[in-house]
Amino acid sequence: MLLECAGLTMRFGGLTAVDAVDLKLEKGQIMGLIGPNGSGKTTFFNMVSGIYKPTAGEVRLSGRNIAGRRPDYVASCGIARTFQNIRLFSGMTVWENVMIGRHCRMRQSILDDILGTARKQAEEKAAQEYLTGLLTLFKMQHMLHEQAKNLPYGKQRELEIIRAMASEPELLLLDEPAAGMNPQETAELIEFIRKLRDMGVTILVVEHDMKLVMNTCDRIAVLNNGRKIAEGSPREIQTNEAVIKAYLGKKVKEGA
Amino acid sequence: MRSEWIKYAATGAIILLALVFPLLGVKSYYLHVAILGLLHAILALGLNLIAGYTGQLSLAQAAFFGIGSYVSALLMLNVKMSFWLAAPIGACAAALVGILFGLPTLRLKGPYFVISTLGFGEIIRLVFLNWESVTRGPNGLTGIPAPDDVALGFVTLTFDTKTGAYYLVLVTLLAVLALYYNLVYSRIGRALRAIHSDQIAAEVMGINLTFYKVFAFALSAFLSGLAGALYAGYIRFISPDTFTIGEAVNILIMMVLGGMGTIAGPIIGAVSITYLLETMRVFADYRLIIYGLLMFFIILYMPQGLVGVLAMAKDFLAARFPLPISRGTDEPPGQKGAAPVKGEI
Repeated sequence: MLLECAGLTMRFGGLTAVDAVDLKLEKGQIMGLIGPNGSGKTTFFNMVSGIYKPTAGEVRLSGRNIAGRRPDYVASCGIARTFQNIRLFSGMTVWENVMIGRHCRMRQSILDDILGTARKQAEEKAAQEYLTGLLTLFKMQHMLHEQAKNLPYGKQRELEIIRAMASEPELLLLDEPAAGMNPQETAELIEFIRKLRDMGVTILVVEHDMKLVMNTCDRIAVLNNGRKIAEGSPREIQTNEAVIKAYLGKKVKEGA
Repeated sequence: MRSEWIKYAATGAIILLALVFPLLGVKSYYLHVAILGLLHAILALGLNLIAGYTGQLSLAQAAFFGIGSYVSALLMLNVKMSFWLAAPIGACAAALVGILFGLPTLRLKGPYFVISTLGFGEIIRLVFLNWESVTRGPNGLTGIPAPDDVALGFVTLTFDTKTGAYYLVLVTLLAVLALYYNLVYSRIGRALRAIHSDQIAAEVMGINLTFYKVFAFALSAFLSGLAGALYAGYIRFISPDTFTIGEAVNILIMMVLGGMGTIAGPIIGAVSITYLLETMRVFADYRLIIYGLLMFFIILYMPQGLVGVLAMAKDFLAARFPLPISRGTDEPPGQKGAAPVKGEI
């Protein structure tokens, strides 16, 4: 089991944003995390990636508990993520963005960097080779020197995913990758995620776009009011009573 | 690449000019101004590391300048230590204070950090002023010895002349620049700029925020302290009057005017502002008014600094006289990976 969350809970004062959620993810799987607005999906992501310290519960990555550790430590353990509202280094070039994404996999010391030793050169070269391959695979090799903020919206989303992939993560967290995309861009994104799956990346994706979720995910977990109310294959989820209730509301006589 | 060649040629020419400057028969006064300009270049480069690259504005640089000065001067005066040992110790003392001060305060966001550095700068100045048994208070430290002669077998270098001091400061600056360049165009430099751009994203990329911020701050304090030690060894007299908030603001203006987040910018800014402040002495009391107005217009019309103006001139010329081959992006990343941001020289 690559990722195991057990009883993961986050309370903000009196509000319980995520309530004892269990989630298991096998290597190579793509799991969708869906739910109405405010159901705790992004909070869940923030706990897994170390931005929030969970109130209770465990996050195990290949058996090692990483709950409550700092984001940079979590990243070096092999979890990379994107953000709901794009957080690229906007004034920097595409190339610099992915080089920063590679940061935690480069092994030179501070002295190597300042003195410009052979070790630094070797590490930079290795990073360059890997990243050139990655950018070529996702067809961005011709825009290396563009500033991130000058890219079209869809490309910015893709660049953020490539930047996360630069660290060769064990687990990739995508937070609403299709948000704000037009149907054409969404279709391209679905292709993009399929490519990631072919590379064998394990992905946990929060998404509202059902076309994307149903077309890419192996399994889907549903959150509502901070609780996991269902988990299963896309087909099972589509017909699940509790899920339909959460999305469309209760029947009139119950709700009144 | 034509523009690359122009850049190398210009850098080479400037270094050459700097190297022969004292031999051109310039007046001793101008040599003095040049020494101060180069010292300020080291100070502005230090500030640029934490403010220009990392995005954490510091007004404590004059305090680190003072710590480097006082520590090295006191070591030379009280324990008769050689300048060559006292100077690095002074710089390290400044760096150590930077670490101790930075660890708690660099967690503060935006203006709160700036305010804490402002307070810190003032505290240090008051220590210099009031710890009379050690610093001799407002009278300052006098009789600081010049750096010892260095015998190289066939020739002996002396540093008690302006020419000697000039070369000492210039060589130090060039050495600092070589390492500075490496640092900026490396994983560290990228991490610092990432922190400047977006702290949360940087952290999620695996960048340890506390470590890199404190590292940049300590290094900027080190450079300021180094400038301080060189200053003490050159001027031979230091007093609290030099290490004021006004001086911190001057360093800030030099960096901004030259172009923050670039390597050439702080140097250009430091040398030109130092020269300007000295030549404006003829205006006596009106000096600061003119200075203020000048700053106002520069910030208003040249927000990218002098380096930005140079870059605009370059773009203008490139548009007027297009190159036969356009700047392609088909070249392999190579060193381009660490390519300067647009507008940087």
